[in-house]
Amino acid sequence: MIRLPLVLLFSAALFSIGVYGVLARRNAVMVLMAIELMLNAVNVNLVGFSQLWRDLAGQVFALFVIAVAAAEVGIGLAIVLLIYRNRETIDLSEVSLLKW
Amino acid sequence: MTQAIDFHAILPELILSGTIVLVLLVDAFVERRSWVAMPLGLLGVVAALVAALSLVGADRATFDGAFRVDDFAVLFTVFSLAVAVLVLAISLRYFRDVGRYQSEYYFLLLTSFLGCVMMPSARDLLVLFIALELVSAPGFLMAALRKSSLRSNEAGLKFFLIGVLSTAVMLYGMSLMYGVTGTTNLQEIGVALGRDLPAGKETLALAAILFITVGFGFKVSAVPFQFWAPDTYEGSPVPVAAFLATASKAAGFTGLLQLMFVAFAAEYAFWTPIFAVLSILTMTIGNFVALQQSQAVRLLAYSSIAQAGYMLLPFALVTADVGLNRDVFAAATNYLLIYAVMTLGAFAVVTAVARESRTLAISDFAGLARRAPLMAVAMTVFMVSLAGIPPMGGFWAKFLVFRAAIDRGGIGVLLAVAMVLNSVVSIWYYLAIPRAMIFQEPERERPFAAPALVTGVTFLAMVAVLAIGVYPELVTHFPPLSTLVGR
Repeated sequence: MIRLPLVLLFSAALFSIGVYGVLARRNAVMVLMAIELMLNAVNVNLVGFSQLWRDLAGQVFALFVIAVAAAEVGIGLAIVLLIYRNRETIDLSEVSLLKW
Repeated sequence: MTQAIDFHAILPELILSGTIVLVLLVDAFVERRSWVAMPLGLLGVVAALVAALSLVGADRATFDGAFRVDDFAVLFTVFSLAVAVLVLAISLRYFRDVGRYQSEYYFLLLTSFLGCVMMPSARDLLVLFIALELVSAPGFLMAALRKSSLRSNEAGLKFFLIGVLSTAVMLYGMSLMYGVTGTTNLQEIGVALGRDLPAGKETLALAAILFITVGFGFKVSAVPFQFWAPDTYEGSPVPVAAFLATASKAAGFTGLLQLMFVAFAAEYAFWTPIFAVLSILTMTIGNFVALQQSQAVRLLAYSSIAQAGYMLLPFALVTADVGLNRDVFAAATNYLLIYAVMTLGAFAVVTAVARESRTLAISDFAGLARRAPLMAVAMTVFMVSLAGIPPMGGFWAKFLVFRAAIDRGGIGVLLAVAMVLNSVVSIWYYLAIPRAMIFQEPERERPFAAPALVTGVTFLAMVAVLAIGVYPELVTHFPPLSTLVGR
């Protein structure tokens, strides 16, 4: 059995990498991947705590997160595709028609 | 082990879900009749409204306490469904004129409203998360609905990225909260946090509260997470902006109310200063940026940010005193209800103007007083009310928050002063549209043709705002009865 602190450390690292990716990447698809990392950090946390409390609620929660994450990526890719069709780029720094 | 599900308690949600499926099926099998989706949706929403009204006075819990129907839940379920009726009404003509993706739009809109209806009953972190996602996810697509418009694309993308990012942060907070307390039920979290936690767990719990607040801060467009709102409102179809500014924001606030007053009440000493800062920043930045706006929807977007600041103010007033907390809770609920009526009315007028003006600059409202007197009078009423000038409904919303702040004393007085100063500043930009309507010459002298349903919604909202202004008990009567404090 893996000890809880290790699990939490792993998930914190995963989450931080995700946040860095969202902030630093300019490519929309890479940003989507980074968000996916953050959501998976949540899942690791939930499953780890579920083991700690000997309680199934955490694992059920993780299943819901997985399903919703899939739906969100679907929506995200649809919007990115739309932008690519209209502009032929998915560079986020170029999407800036609307300001202040 | 099997559990009995209380089907009556979830009846409004069931009816709405059925309607959503039906709208999709009709779109798939009935060709060339895509406008049918709207009456069908309306019928479903009204049926759900009747089901919700049949639950008045009930106190039922199902799904092991994760879903609860009490006075608070019924109040906001009825409120969301009423908003749904009005948003559907102003959508019909707008999307018929656009012509394409009508039933897809109604499908998405109703799905979002399903989230709004679930939110006030959600008494579990998992259900809250699902409800929040149900409100947001179709919203991303609705914002990007005008597929060929670059602005609409951008509106959708910005909304999506910020929405998903804040959801991820919120979920991380929820997972930590589960780790600290071992439960996802709000009531049980409240009990667990009320006990003395060891120092390490205490810190973790506070971090979790902070993270969860971020997720809902995005939904209500509080200041560090507000910058999606003006861009998204401007780029979206106008009825979608109306939905985002009213029902979607109200759903965020109901979630926040439940979290803070049920689950995290014991830690109020930690989160009240955060809300004080959020509130002042939100109202000040919202108001001052609104001063420079020349586009009607952007103006309303910044106005809705500033109003969110006033609505966050009550959260900063929470103390250990249950009686005072009741007043604070009622003030917040009350503000939310009155705000939604005024804003929905204002967006109805903008929807009517959108038929002849694509850019919706404030100068496009010029001379409306002569061309469409009813619209002009109604818009003036909404704007004066949003500014909080008596004798309009908006005055009472602000007054109750103000009184709660003064009663609280200490930091409350400071917040009350900030709120009054902000209200004074806001008068300037709220009067920009009435100024254009009344004192400027119209560019064209042709008559103004507003669709009947939009005129109806405008008129209804105007009467409501005036009636609340003269007789505030119409609304203020309900919030104290549907409190979550001290239950």
